[in-house]
Amino acid sequence: MQYTANDYKAGQPRWCPGCGDHAFLASLHKAMAEIGTNPDDIAVISGIGCSSRLPYYMNTYGFHTIHGRAAAVATGVKVANPKLTVWQISGDGDGLAIGGNHFIHALRRNINLNMILLNNRIYGLTKGQYSPTSPRGFVSKSSPYGTVEDPFHPAELAFGARGQFFARCVATDAPGSVEVLTAAARHKGASVVEVLQNCVIFNNGAYDSIYTKEGRAKNAIYLEQGKPMIFGENGEFGLMQEGFGLKVVRLGENGITEKDLLVHDAHCADNTLQLKLALMEGPDFPIALGVIRDVEAPSYEEAVEAQIEEVKAKKPYHNFAELLATNDTWEVK
Amino acid sequence: MMVKELEKVVVRFSGDSGDGMQLAGNIFSNVSATVGNDICTFPDYPADIRAPQGSLTGVSGFQVHIGAGKVHTPGDQCDVLVAMNPAALKTQYKFCKPGAVIIIDTDSFTRKDLDKALITSDDPFEELGIKNEIIAAPISSMCKESLKDSGMDNKSILRCKNMFALGLVCWLFNREIPLAENMLREKFAKKPAIAEANIKVLNDGYNYGHNTHANGAVTYKIESNGPKAKGRYMDINGNKATCYGLIAAAEKAGLQLYLGSYPITPATDILHELSKHKSLGIKTVQCEDEIAGCASAVGASFAGALAVTSTSGPGICLKSEAMNLAVIAELPLVVVDVQRGGPSTGMPTKSEQTDLLQALYGRNGESPMPVIAATSPTNCFDAAYQAAKIAVEHMTPVVLLTDAFVANGAAAWKLPDLEKDYPAITPHRVTPDMAGSWTPYTRDPENGARYWAVPGTPGFSHRIGGLEKSSATGAISTEPENHDLMTRLRAEKVAKIADSLPLQQVEGPEDADLLIVGWGGTYGHLYSAMEEMNAQGKKVALAQFQYINPLPKNTAELLCRYKKIVVAEQNSGQFAAYLRSKIPAAPITAQFNQVKGQPFVTKELVAAFTKILED
Repeated sequence: MQYTANDYKAGQPRWCPGCGDHAFLASLHKAMAEIGTNPDDIAVISGIGCSSRLPYYMNTYGFHTIHGRAAAVATGVKVANPKLTVWQISGDGDGLAIGGNHFIHALRRNINLNMILLNNRIYGLTKGQYSPTSPRGFVSKSSPYGTVEDPFHPAELAFGARGQFFARCVATDAPGSVEVLTAAARHKGASVVEVLQNCVIFNNGAYDSIYTKEGRAKNAIYLEQGKPMIFGENGEFGLMQEGFGLKVVRLGENGITEKDLLVHDAHCADNTLQLKLALMEGPDFPIALGVIRDVEAPSYEEAVEAQIEEVKAKKPYHNFAELLATNDTWEVK
Repeated sequence: MMVKELEKVVVRFSGDSGDGMQLAGNIFSNVSATVGNDICTFPDYPADIRAPQGSLTGVSGFQVHIGAGKVHTPGDQCDVLVAMNPAALKTQYKFCKPGAVIIIDTDSFTRKDLDKALITSDDPFEELGIKNEIIAAPISSMCKESLKDSGMDNKSILRCKNMFALGLVCWLFNREIPLAENMLREKFAKKPAIAEANIKVLNDGYNYGHNTHANGAVTYKIESNGPKAKGRYMDINGNKATCYGLIAAAEKAGLQLYLGSYPITPATDILHELSKHKSLGIKTVQCEDEIAGCASAVGASFAGALAVTSTSGPGICLKSEAMNLAVIAELPLVVVDVQRGGPSTGMPTKSEQTDLLQALYGRNGESPMPVIAATSPTNCFDAAYQAAKIAVEHMTPVVLLTDAFVANGAAAWKLPDLEKDYPAITPHRVTPDMAGSWTPYTRDPENGARYWAVPGTPGFSHRIGGLEKSSATGAISTEPENHDLMTRLRAEKVAKIADSLPLQQVEGPEDADLLIVGWGGTYGHLYSAMEEMNAQGKKVALAQFQYINPLPKNTAELLCRYKKIVVAEQNSGQFAAYLRSKIPAAPITAQFNQVKGQPFVTKELVAAFTKILED
C-alpha cells in the first residue's frame, strides 16, 4: 500500500508560530510516506521538552515519556518487538543533559532506533535556560553573565559512543531533511539525526547563517556519498586535506581541480575524517549537512533474537515444565 | 553405639570462603529432604569478594534447619557447628546453642592459622570461652591420606576436605551415604574423577566417625513424620523462585518475558537467573543504570511484553520516576524490590523491611500502586506469579517486595502443576470489535482497567504519555474536573483489585488473646514464635500479610476481632502506621520493631510477645 504524508498526521501542533519544529514535522511526515511503513507498525517515543510533544502529531503509536528517558524507553520497545519501526524524538536538553547516559548507551549497543536530536541550543519549555549545546559565554535566564562551560558537539559525543550513523539537517530545509531521515530509517542500527532548529522565542537567530537556502549555499556543504566535497554559491569552493586537518580551497586557484578534493565516504569504518567534517564551523569552514557517517554493524535487537534462537537449538528445555525438570529433585512418596 | 532421636536439628557449616561449605551444606540439606525431613536453609556469605584466606572477614557459613515435622526458619542457633579453621570458630561460635557439638579440622589450627584469626594464645577454646563438646579431627591430613594415590595435586586434594566434614556429619545424623554420592556424581557429571575423589573422602569421613566413636559414640536420627504432600520436590531460594514465578506467569499469559535491570546486591541473582533461560525466549537487558532498567521495561510493556525490573536499596529510588510513568500511562509492570539494609547504600548484604512506605507512597503526585510481599523463599514463586497476574489484568505497575533473607534463604519446594494449581492469566487487551469506539482511557466497567493496545495492532494507534489525559478522549488535559476524576479512577482501579484477592487468613487458635500481625519475609519466625507460645498454652494467633495494597477485604473486620494486636516488622513501624491510617479502629496495642539487618530470633519474639500478652 502507498502512503501519503497525510496518513502520518494527527492533531494540531501547539509549538510557537515560526518554531523550527513545525517545518521538521512536515519533513518527517513526508519522509515516512517515502519510507512507506504502515503507521500501525511505527512507534514514536519522546522524552520531555518542546520537541518531545511530537508524538501527539503523528498518526502512529506514540509514547511521550519522561525527561531524558526516551532512549531507554525506546530500547525496551525495540527489544520487545523488533518488528516495529521506532523513532526517538529528543531535544538537546532531553537527549544530551538529563538523558546523556541513555543516549550514549543506545549508540554503543547499536540498537536499531532512529534517534532524532532537535538541537536549538536552549531550554524552551522551561522558558530559556542554557543547554548542553549552548556556546561558552551564552547569556540566558540561568546564565545572566554568560556560561562558563563548554558545550557538547553532538557528533563528537555520538562518535565517542561508537555511533555508526550520524546525519545533520536544517529544520527549514525540507529536501535535505527528508533525505537524511529516509537514510536514517534505512540504516540498521542506531542512527542519529541532528536537526538544527531555531527557537524563535528564546534563542532566535542561532542558525541564521544556514537557515535560508541562500545562507546554506554560502555557509554549508551537502556531503554526498562518493562525491567530491564542493560548496559555495557557484560551487567554487572545495575541501582538501592538510596535515591532520582540513582546508578550504578555491577551485581553479593554484591549479586545484575537482580531482584534488576529498571525496565523501560515509561508509568508511574509520571515523576520523567524518568527525573532522562534522566538527566544521563558520566562518572559516562550511557546516556539514547530509549523511556524515553510515556504517553497517550488528544491531542489538537482532543479536538478542539470534542468541535466543541459538540457545533454543542447544538447550533441551523450552517451557516451564521442562525448565523445572532441569533441577535436582526428589520424590516424597 | 547409641542413637538418639531428635525432632529438629540445626547444623551450621562454616569455613573459609574457599572451603566449599555451601556445597557441603546443600548436599546435607538435600539428603535430609530426600528422606522426607523438612528443611529451611540460609547461606551467610562474607561481604568481601576474596578476603585473605583464613581471615575473620573471609568466613562463609551455611545453616540448615532440619525437622521431622515442618520447620519455618533456618533456626536461631545451631546444634552442630562445623568450623574448618580458627576464624570460623571465632566468628561462628556465637551461633551455637549452649550444648552444641563443634567439629573442627585440627590441621587448620596451627600457630599461623590462629594468628590469622587474631587468636593470641595457643588454646583457642579457652581464649574464646568455649566449653562445648569438640570433635577434633585431622581433616586435612586424612583427606591427603585418602587421596594420596589419586594422582591429584595437593591443592585439588585439599579441596575435597569439605566432603570429609560432610561425611562426618552424615555419620553423626545417620544419613545414607549413597544419596550424597548420587548428588556428587550429578554435580560433577562432567568430571567423573573429581566426583570419585569427593566420594572417597566423603566415605572416609563417615568411617572416621564410626571407627573413632566420635562424639562419645552417640549419633542422632531425625525421623520423618511426613507432613509433606506426596510429589516431587526441589530445593529453591527466593530469588530463583521469584524468577520461576515470573516465567510461569509469562507462559500462562502467553506473553514474552522482558527484564530490564542493573546489577545490585541482593537482587542481582534475578538478572543472572533470567539471563540463563534464553531457550524460553526470555529477553534480559543489563541496562546502563537503574533508571534505564525500569524505563526500558516500561517501553517493553508498551510494546506488549510482560515487563519486569528488579532492584534493591537505592535502586528503587532511581526507578520511582519511571514507575510513576507506568502509573499514569496505566501500563503493566512488575517491580521486584529485594529489600536490604538502608538508608543509602546501607548494608547491601543484610535484610530489612524498610522499603514498605516508599513502595506505597514514594512517588510524586498521587500514585497508587499495588504492593505484594513474599512471605518465604518458596512463596516468592506464588507472589511473583500473582504480581504478574495483577499487573497485566489490571493494567498497573505492581511492586513485589521480597528481602535479602527470603531471597537467599532456601527451602524444599513441591514442583507446581501450572495447569492444575495456578489460575489463568488474561492480559487486558483490546479486542478487534472495540476499534472505532475505543480511546486510550476507555475502562473496563468491572475492574476499572484501561485496555492494552499494543503497537502493531491495526486500527488502535494512539498516543499516551506522562501528561495527564482526558478520561473521555485520551488527549492531553489540564482540565480541573478531569484531573480530579482521573486521580480517583486510578485509585479506584487499584482498590478494586481487592475483589479478586483471597481473604486474609489467621493461623492459630480462634479465641486468641493476642494477634501477631506481620507481613512478608518474617513469616517463618513469627509462625515459629506463635507455635512455641501455643505449645506453652498461650493463646496467640498470627496474621501474616502478603497483600499490602490493597489489603484483603476482610482486614478491618479481622483485626477488630481481637483485643490486643502486636505488629512485628523489621523497620520502625511502617506497616503499623499504614494499618492505623487505613483501619483507625484496629486495636494495635503494641509493636515489635528491629532494624538490625538480621532475621528475627524466635526466642526474642516469644519473650517480647509473652510480655505483651501479660501486660
